[in-house]
Amino acid sequence: MISNPRQGGGPSALATFDRFRQGVLAGVQQPQLKRYGVLLLAAGAGLLPLMAGSAHAALQKVPTDGADTLLMLMGSALVLLMTPGLAFFYGGFTRAKNVLNTMMMSFFLMGLIGVVWVVIGYSLSFDTGFGSPFIGGLGQMWLNGVGGPLGDAPLADGFAISGSSFALFQGMFAIITPALISGALVERINFKAWFWFSLLWSIFIYCPMAKMVWGGGYIGPFGELGVIDFAGGTVVHIAAGVAALVSAAIVGPRSTYPDQLRPPHNVPFILLGAGLLWFGWFGFNGASYFAAKGAGFSFMATSVAASMAMLTWCLIEWFRDGKPTAVGAATGAVAGLVGITPAAGFVYMPQAIIIGAVVAVGCYLAVQVKAAIKFDDSLDAFMVHGVGGTIGALLTGLLAVPALVPADYFPKSAEILASSGNLGLFIAHCKAVLISYGFVGLGTAVILWILGATIGLRVSPQDESRGLDYVAHGEEAYDPMNS
Amino acid sequence: MKLIKAILRPGKLDEVKRALVDLDIVGMTAFEVRGFGRQKGQVERYRATEFKVDFLPKVMVEVVVDDEKLDAALATIQQAAQTGEIGDGKIFVLPVENAVRIRTGESGTIAV
Repeated sequence: MISNPRQGGGPSALATFDRFRQGVLAGVQQPQLKRYGVLLLAAGAGLLPLMAGSAHAALQKVPTDGADTLLMLMGSALVLLMTPGLAFFYGGFTRAKNVLNTMMMSFFLMGLIGVVWVVIGYSLSFDTGFGSPFIGGLGQMWLNGVGGPLGDAPLADGFAISGSSFALFQGMFAIITPALISGALVERINFKAWFWFSLLWSIFIYCPMAKMVWGGGYIGPFGELGVIDFAGGTVVHIAAGVAALVSAAIVGPRSTYPDQLRPPHNVPFILLGAGLLWFGWFGFNGASYFAAKGAGFSFMATSVAASMAMLTWCLIEWFRDGKPTAVGAATGAVAGLVGITPAAGFVYMPQAIIIGAVVAVGCYLAVQVKAAIKFDDSLDAFMVHGVGGTIGALLTGLLAVPALVPADYFPKSAEILASSGNLGLFIAHCKAVLISYGFVGLGTAVILWILGATIGLRVSPQDESRGLDYVAHGEEAYDPMNS
Repeated sequence: MKLIKAILRPGKLDEVKRALVDLDIVGMTAFEVRGFGRQKGQVERYRATEFKVDFLPKVMVEVVVDDEKLDAALATIQQAAQTGEIGDGKIFVLPVENAVRIRTGESGTIAV
């Protein structure tokens, strides 16, 4: 009722509450819109499970709304498509003999993490059983009780989406996040090591990050720091980016790096992948609004930031090198999508355009630096997701519109904004970035050290030279003699 | 009989084929090949990394002709494939000992 007044009105308690909300939002220019935004943004920040048991008077029980739940189901399908999209994006960059292995490092996680999430990932991220601000619990393993006996129960007080659609939606995020890391490790990592790395990283790094930021934990708006992260600037992009940086450093460069590098084997794959990512990002950011009526802005901010970033990247290339490149256009678009992720529901279009431009410049410079110091983050996973996520998270602190960060859904964040403005929120976001870098960096290193000491991280130089498609999977992507 | 191996710019294949067909030379085989001569390679740039690509894409056409048609064929290919820029390609001529038409078993010049 709060976010989606339906025909026929509601009980008087809700009407009273609605008047209360009108009062709270009196200063806002578009109260109707903001009113939707309040709920949706809070939902986007993943506060729902916490709210279920919280004492926040603002949140009342509402029935499940069909349109809003449909948005989540549609959004889940969109986000799922990002993983094969990423597989094409990454696969296009590698040599022809490694393309299947590269694509499998993403694609396979739709299997592995798809199961892990249902069995335990969701519970570790969004259950409150352990009562900890850093990790969830075990009470919702196997999605036990999520969505009620018919799957249609609302997720939590104040939210009109079904619990089951939320769990599915979050699962798609859990799948693509470790897939992003693979960009730093392609063409040399042992697939068995990748299997165990994704599994362990997902449980011990991703789930705590999701809990801390979205599950009512330490970093998020109900926790100590009061940080707002709309769709995963910290949880997804900084986490994946930092893990990519650390793992590229530990696993080491490809034996062909940097002297015998080959250009991308299939640039059209890269464009296809970037297109699918952009399409899927409408679910990733847009559906993180958690309600259909007000999701237009988060869809729009997502798209315009990607447009601006692509434009910026291509213009830089055009001025510097004389030609805009297809790979640059694809990279710029992805950088823009990364940058707007933490901000998509907290800003208006001018801020979204600024974020798109700044993140493109930042990632462009990062990629140049990487090439100059000859660090083999093979497909720029840190340089795009880590740097882009960091810039996006910091700019979200600087540019968040206070009217879009209301106190009942973002108590700590709104308090910071009221007392010390965007600079205060920026400082909180700086702390969150440092904590994420430290936790993810250290945790990733520990996992890799364990795997390195037990099953080994790399394939042999001979296998690397033969090509991982055949070595790891017994397949070849292209075989002209048998076509 | 002679075997003509002509290495051409990829975009010149159709012109060369048409010119040869006009000479009533109606069989040939084309290959996608890569190579370099005086043109050397080209520089490509992906994100921040520059690649020196030495082996450039070319098309190689193989045609077997009667000795009396050889000179006309060579002149035709040379003219049809020429742009005047470095990288137009090369033509090689090799002797051919015999030819067999698989369908009929005919051999010699008639099989070409």
